[in-house]
Amino acid sequence: MNRFEYSRAETLGAAVGAEGALLAGGTNLLDLMKIGVATPERLVDISRLSLDRIEESAGGLRIGAMVRNADIARDPQVLARYPALAEALLSGASAQLRNAATTGGNVMQATRCSYFQDPLSPCNRRAPGSGCGALGGATRNHAVLGWTEGCIAVHPSDMCVALAAYDAVVEITGPEGLREVPMEEFHPLPDAEGSGAAPLAPGEIITHIRLPDPRALARNARYVKLRERTSFAFAIVSAAAALAIEDGVITEARLALGGVAARPWRCRAAEAALKGQPATAASFARAAELATEGARPSGDNAAKIPLAQRIALRALERAAAGTPERLPALPASVFAGDDNG
Amino acid sequence: MDDLMNMQGQGHVRLGSSAGQALTRRDGILKVTGAATYAADNRPDGLLHAVLATAGIAKGRVTHLDVAAAEAHPGVVKVYTPQTAPRLAVSPDEKIHPFVWRMETLTDDSVRYAGQPIALVLAETLEAATEGARLLAPRYETEAHGVTLDDAEPFETDTTAFGRPAGHSSGDVDAARATAARHVSTTVETSQQYHNAIEPHAITARWEGDRLEIDTPNQAIGLSKQTFAAFLGIDPSQIVLRSPFLGGGFGSKAILYGGQMLAILSARDLGRPVKLVLRRDQMYGPVGHRAPTRQALQIDLDAEGNIAALEHDTVTLTSTFDQFLESASNASHSLYAAPNLRTSHRGRRADVGTPGPMRAPGEAPGSAALEIAMDAAAQAAGMDPLEFRLKNYAESDPSTGMAFSSKGLRECYAEAAKLFGWAERSAAPRSMRQGRLLKGWGMGTAQFPCPMFQAAAHATLRADGSAVIETSAADMGQGAWTALAQIAADGLGIDIDKVEFRSGHSDLPDAGVAGGSGHTATAGTALFNAGADAVRQLAELATNDPASPLFGAGNAGVTARSGRLYRNDDERSEAYEDILARAGLELVRGEGTGAREGEPDRAMFSHGAVFAEVLVDPDLGQVRVSRLIGAFAAGRIVNPRLARSQLLGGMIWGIGMALQEEAVHDTRSGRLTNADLAGYHVPVNADVPMIEALTVHEDDPFVNALGIKGVGEIGVTGTVGAIGNAVWHATGVQPTRFPIHPESLI
Repeated sequence: MNRFEYSRAETLGAAVGAEGALLAGGTNLLDLMKIGVATPERLVDISRLSLDRIEESAGGLRIGAMVRNADIARDPQVLARYPALAEALLSGASAQLRNAATTGGNVMQATRCSYFQDPLSPCNRRAPGSGCGALGGATRNHAVLGWTEGCIAVHPSDMCVALAAYDAVVEITGPEGLREVPMEEFHPLPDAEGSGAAPLAPGEIITHIRLPDPRALARNARYVKLRERTSFAFAIVSAAAALAIEDGVITEARLALGGVAARPWRCRAAEAALKGQPATAASFARAAELATEGARPSGDNAAKIPLAQRIALRALERAAAGTPERLPALPASVFAGDDNG
Repeated sequence: MDDLMNMQGQGHVRLGSSAGQALTRRDGILKVTGAATYAADNRPDGLLHAVLATAGIAKGRVTHLDVAAAEAHPGVVKVYTPQTAPRLAVSPDEKIHPFVWRMETLTDDSVRYAGQPIALVLAETLEAATEGARLLAPRYETEAHGVTLDDAEPFETDTTAFGRPAGHSSGDVDAARATAARHVSTTVETSQQYHNAIEPHAITARWEGDRLEIDTPNQAIGLSKQTFAAFLGIDPSQIVLRSPFLGGGFGSKAILYGGQMLAILSARDLGRPVKLVLRRDQMYGPVGHRAPTRQALQIDLDAEGNIAALEHDTVTLTSTFDQFLESASNASHSLYAAPNLRTSHRGRRADVGTPGPMRAPGEAPGSAALEIAMDAAAQAAGMDPLEFRLKNYAESDPSTGMAFSSKGLRECYAEAAKLFGWAERSAAPRSMRQGRLLKGWGMGTAQFPCPMFQAAAHATLRADGSAVIETSAADMGQGAWTALAQIAADGLGIDIDKVEFRSGHSDLPDAGVAGGSGHTATAGTALFNAGADAVRQLAELATNDPASPLFGAGNAGVTARSGRLYRNDDERSEAYEDILARAGLELVRGEGTGAREGEPDRAMFSHGAVFAEVLVDPDLGQVRVSRLIGAFAAGRIVNPRLARSQLLGGMIWGIGMALQEEAVHDTRSGRLTNADLAGYHVPVNADVPMIEALTVHEDDPFVNALGIKGVGEIGVTGTVGAIGNAVWHATGVQPTRFPIHPESLI
């Protein structure tokens, strides 16, 4: 690990504009430093900033960037109004990591693309202009949507998939003041040269994630995640679905996919196709097909496209069945559903 | 010997006191309180931290290392490269015994696999050494490489792992095939796997003049001391090797590797203690792995469903500079009644580190393929998988004709099948459901040999009635500290709380290797014999002493129990301490050995039957092992609690091998893409919802005097095939490769 300076920002004012890498829970950045992928000369510790509350906000919630993942997942208001967010969080990482990882850190975590994590491989994301090492390599876990020859990595977060489905907004403070970006668009998609522009400008910091009033979506929302082991594994594909259903008719639909692109992938065409339709298997099947519109394999991962459609279908079916009183013991698991007898 | 762990009971919960009792671990409190000292916990004064720089290419040579940059980094003390590294006393390729692989000690600039050590950096802190290694920024001249089973031509070989013959033939397979009613051909591939012990490979080395002290986790302390001495050119008596605890070994800590030698050489060169701890990613290369296999099985059946011929061929990989070939085909030698039997192995060479023994080497992948082939044959015969296996039950070892020393496999089948509810299985694939999920039931037979190695032990009875037992056993977590003490207590005829166990230290009598599932049998026999020898001496003292109530009873006329000798002809007895006191002795010391005399004339195996239930999502292909039940016949069970733990651990290992474990190479670079525990998946608790391991009673008067077989590895065998067959039953998709991927099932 390279030598670095460490300082702690006690106030948001001190953190904004600070030069260096921001350190919160450290569950990803410190790993990257240990393997030589991140080599910051300065670390600015923001873990003690007073951004550690979940507040009511215009019918929705405003989650501070330093709230720990575990605390969001267990928050009664989150469980009652945004159950797919809680389920997504509990399906990620391990209990220990969720206790340490923060909201902002979860958003800012790096791809787990093994070529990004291997400093000996070319990687436009890590070393702009060096090329994409993953293209033509071991690509079973790579993107099928929104990728370019510049980068085929996927964003690993479960939380962000649910946040995107809920129309969450990322609140950012920088030297130039405040700005807001929808979660859905926060992570840049790659361009021909590489992974795209950085989501944050130098000196900027995420302060909050704002969730709008879920209204009727609260009752019918689920997250489902496909993976080879039941816990402590990133998604092969995942999906968050939330539905508003009145008298058997879908009045509003949200659908986002995880594990398929460099950002949580909001399935707008599928959502539009569901609106006004009966909440039936046929409606969901049509929507699931639309969920991967434009998808194409980036390598050895063609199977991800049907899997993504099927996980979308499963999430829609589960959401339509209603959010359970309690989250299942195996959150988001394929095997956790009431639909499995 | 003051530095030895005193394993006398320190607040542990004692549930039993001798062999057969489910005693809790004697070292449990030490481990859960952090008081147990592992190799990397040692911090001698003046310690230097060593970090390996490893190769980023699979083949070629290192053309440049920026030694100046590394040595300029604050805290870096020394950088060793092929130009400057201290040398072993003998060639790094010296084969002083069969369990020696090339000692990669920076003797030249060639690169033979990705992850090969190419330099060693020593510094005052771990951080400085780590950064120094990074600053070396090696440049290479690369050559074309290959890392997979498809990258080289097979070579013929006479031997596989451990010098076993590479082929076997009995009967006439071709003649039997010509007249067989049915022919079933099966191919199965298994992946490259890594041991992934949670404790990384570590060594702390310190020289005091010509005396070398080593703390390193090791599965074969006596042999390793000899090996270190031979490569260093010193006398074994100059070496102390301590290995009281291992955080898992699974075979990878039985074989010494060059990094350990480099730490020792640099400690001598620099005159300071040196510690080298591998990073997780560095454990994927220089310290062994299980090679991938491609296995082809042919089973020929007669009209009644009897196996007429069985043929099993394996192609597997080894490195370009050493040979360890996974002996997978041997799994077919002794399990099913095949009157005509042919097995073979071929090797290929790839630009990878040398494979090595990994929990159930040969048997694990071999059993996985054999059990799939057996289900294919059962289907061809139109029989239930269990019925088919019972029909082809081997009453004697088909490869040798020898009788089994004991074989409780029928009882295993019956017990496990009953508990599982196998009779309710519906035969057709995709015929069982749970809600929307496909449900499948599969089974496999487990089998593992019962080798014995060489062990010696001392058992000393002291004037106060307590005892010290000594043998340099290796506790990898399996429970040697506890199980061996139980056997020793029985040998001495005293309560286990009076037994102080000294172990894990090379000054003690050699307990042999903790491997091959033979450690408890071998070291236990030595300890039992040592105890019996001490009791014999006591009995001689007492029965020849007119002042003793035992006078005149003769050696055969007394029995030892609970710290006393009892006459067999009346009620009189005398305490050990009274016998010693009257004789004016502080102690008596017994000595014992454990080994198998001569060539066995019986086939010696543990057996078992494993039944698996899987649920498979028909749309998404995800598999969950919802129930896993095994019954095992493994001779005398020394400690049911520890044995069950070993068996469950083996079965869980099988879940990983069946569904998860797989090292993935980038074939272009030759590097692994998942060399960490985030990318290389092993099962987590949530993957094991219901699991049980039973043992059935088995008396074996032939395997050794104590009737002990072994439980360390057999749980892996049978399980992988059982899960594969359950997936097949659930989905109708015959497994051709492990691990089974979800996308292969949709």
